[in-house]
Amino acid sequence: MAEFLQFAFSGLTVGAVYALVALGFTIIYNASDVVNFAQGEFVMIGGMATVFLTALGVPIPLAVVLAILGAVVVGLLLHRLAIEPARGASSVTLIIITIGASIFLRGLAQVVFDKQFHTLQPFSGDTPIVVGGASILPQSFWVMGGAVVIVVLLWAFFNHTLIGKAVLATSANRLAAKLVGINTGMIMSLAFALSAAIGAVAGVLVTPITLTSYEVGTLLALKGFAAAMLGGMGHPLGAVVGGLVVGLLEAFGAGYLSSDYKDAIAFVVILITLFVLPTGLFGRASVERV
Amino acid sequence: MSALLNHRLAVPAVLIVLVALLPLVLPSSFYLRIATLVWISAFAVIGLNLLMGYAGQVSLGHAGFFGIGAYAAAVLPAQLGVPGIFAVVIGAVASALIAYLVGRPILRLKGHYLAVATLGFGILVAMVINNEAWITGGPDGIAVASLGIKKLLKSAFGLKVKTAELWYWIAGAMLVVGAWVAVNLVDSPTGRALRAVHDSEIAARVAGIDVARMKLVVFVVSAVYAALAGSALALFNGFITPDTAGFLHSIELVTMVVLGGMGSILGSVVGAAVLVVLPQLLTMFHDYEHLLLGLLMMVFMIFLRAGIVPGLRALVAGRGAA
Amino acid sequence: MSILSVEDLGIEFGGLKAVDNVSFAVEAGEVFSIIGPNGAGKTTLFNLISGVYTPKHGKVLLEGRDVTGVGPHLLARKGLSRTFQNLQIFFRMTALENVMVGCHRHERMNVFAHLLALPSVARQNEATRAAALTLLSRVGLAAYADTVAGSMPYGALKRLEIARALAADPKVLLLDEPAAGCNPVETEEIDALIHQIAADGVTVVLVEHDMKLVMRISDRLHVLDYGRTLAEGTAETVRRNPDVIAAYLGSHGSKEAARAFG
Repeated sequence: MAEFLQFAFSGLTVGAVYALVALGFTIIYNASDVVNFAQGEFVMIGGMATVFLTALGVPIPLAVVLAILGAVVVGLLLHRLAIEPARGASSVTLIIITIGASIFLRGLAQVVFDKQFHTLQPFSGDTPIVVGGASILPQSFWVMGGAVVIVVLLWAFFNHTLIGKAVLATSANRLAAKLVGINTGMIMSLAFALSAAIGAVAGVLVTPITLTSYEVGTLLALKGFAAAMLGGMGHPLGAVVGGLVVGLLEAFGAGYLSSDYKDAIAFVVILITLFVLPTGLFGRASVERV
Repeated sequence: MSALLNHRLAVPAVLIVLVALLPLVLPSSFYLRIATLVWISAFAVIGLNLLMGYAGQVSLGHAGFFGIGAYAAAVLPAQLGVPGIFAVVIGAVASALIAYLVGRPILRLKGHYLAVATLGFGILVAMVINNEAWITGGPDGIAVASLGIKKLLKSAFGLKVKTAELWYWIAGAMLVVGAWVAVNLVDSPTGRALRAVHDSEIAARVAGIDVARMKLVVFVVSAVYAALAGSALALFNGFITPDTAGFLHSIELVTMVVLGGMGSILGSVVGAAVLVVLPQLLTMFHDYEHLLLGLLMMVFMIFLRAGIVPGLRALVAGRGAA
Repeated sequence: MSILSVEDLGIEFGGLKAVDNVSFAVEAGEVFSIIGPNGAGKTTLFNLISGVYTPKHGKVLLEGRDVTGVGPHLLARKGLSRTFQNLQIFFRMTALENVMVGCHRHERMNVFAHLLALPSVARQNEATRAAALTLLSRVGLAAYADTVAGSMPYGALKRLEIARALAADPKVLLLDEPAAGCNPVETEEIDALIHQIAADGVTVVLVEHDMKLVMRISDRLHVLDYGRTLAEGTAETVRRNPDVIAAYLGSHGSKEAARAFG
């Protein structure tokens, strides 16, 4: 039982990060139809920028805020300089552009920061908390709690603010949104900014546990994308559930089956799920209209 | 002139000339080796382009097939004593079989869902290669025995060829044959059916096209291309690591397709050339290598969004008309 | 035996009965039209017959054989072809290539021969090309043969779709609003084309909004409203049916209806 709990908590911790990356994918996809493979770089920027700012003597809270702002600026520039000029290009062309952006940002990080692994001090010390026989790092609660707070804030934003509803309207039907006077260009910028901020927060929260380096974005983008697809592309709740499921599968797979094949287990489950539900857990099957 | 350029065999003909003349201008065997890498990548990219550019199906896991070909050429001779050339054939057949079995369920998925499923397949292959070190040598890679062609040439004909030259010609010949087979396919009922599936799946079905079978056919064909390219790379390099089957290599292959131009066989060669040569050029910028590579990828795709070859062709046509 | 018949056909989308217990039988060589107000379920009915949708209940019979739930590509091989209300053209292929794809079911699909460009493939390509050219001339589009479909005018694309459907050599041809969006001249051409197709012995099932065209061309009509059968018969009987007039224009619109139905 203790073992089970141990795996569950580590799965939820990693899964929370995947969920946040998947949410970032979803928000940008809904606003602009772009699958942004540079999503993982926001996580990297959040972690690395905080590490380097604190090393310069900036107090942690301020460093975190600056790191998030930095990621937001990068997100806005990505939209303005790389996505916007390619408006109307095919979806695979746009994907290659975001992959180019991700390589660029990685290259930039290795120049601005460095190629080493870095960590941050855990926010509330590193004395494990024992729950039901499982010992859990306090930072895990920060990650899981942070994810919950973000999800709740996003929910409130989308359902209870005018601008949030404008984002939803844009994702439902861009032309109709434009016709009722929504500035869809601004909505897309907002989506990139929001995704960047969410990614950066995830990066800050998880760095004390998993370390960070200029390279961490690739794998996170891959897992986040898989999680978003598992949940059903464009479905925010699906993204969160997908992220948590992938995290849990990895943790239990590594714990009970084989740590060498933990990623394989997650992907096998994703493949089987898609064979049964070709549009993911929450994606609606569409009727072909001809 | 334009009728000549549009002839089915124009692309293989251009490639024959290119492969034949390039050694005359390449100053050393170092450049010959890079050209060989371009031909091998281009071979795999042509296959992937049949899948992506003609049939409109994405694969983010094609390096998996590439890896199967590469490791067949490495492992079968070392572990089972299979002669190298048979190992290559077995690798291609195994790739075809696996593509057939995996493709049947996977190809029902559309768009990004197909992308994530193929991605999962590629990761599974890479993971097996990484973890089953007792066969594959694991993350450190494995040495590949040579085919013994050099020895054969020497003993049978008294010919002395450098390894770099030998593989330049083998890879060049592969590329020409690969391009020829690809244009054949495009200009056949299968090719028309694939392009039809790309433009309107429903209309293709109504025209009597078995869409599922067509997708499977082109998936298998593209897997064989990737496997043969993988074998060639392994034998040429004499050493192979799991990275050849990895996610980043899959992405690299897709990028070559899109960069060169979807649905353009010549574009496949150009895309491969750019992504093989560019990193070599950029190494002189040391730490700025990735930054510049990413930047150039974005610039290319923003300004030539249909890919380099179709994009330039449109530019030239536009100027000619004006 | 009817060449095409449907029995109690029905399908629902989220509780909405888009097609509900529809039955009819089409005789060989007929021009049989399905009419009804917007949203009556005409296109959905076509999608059910051509295998795009699988019906929730009921049967589709082609030459007396049950083909319910059989996929479109198999129906094509059994001699059923169709066009689409909103064009489903292969826009990146030339007009000729579009029609050549229509010939698909007559072509031998030996992939190895295709990969190696065996002489038989070249011969077959030539035969297909010739057949497609003949069809293009027949619908008056020979001049567009090498034009990429994406840059052809709308009216021409409508006829291109018909040529592609004819290339499969169908026994039954479903035409979904072939004259929609066409100007009077183009409509005339479509009218003549349908006559010619029927004269060649192809059974035509037509969905069309241009009532003048429908009344002139059809042997029999089947009227749908809210997914259900409202009436069936010759043009004469249908146009006098008060239910049909009411469905089209409300119960007070008989005068306008008379004008509309010509």
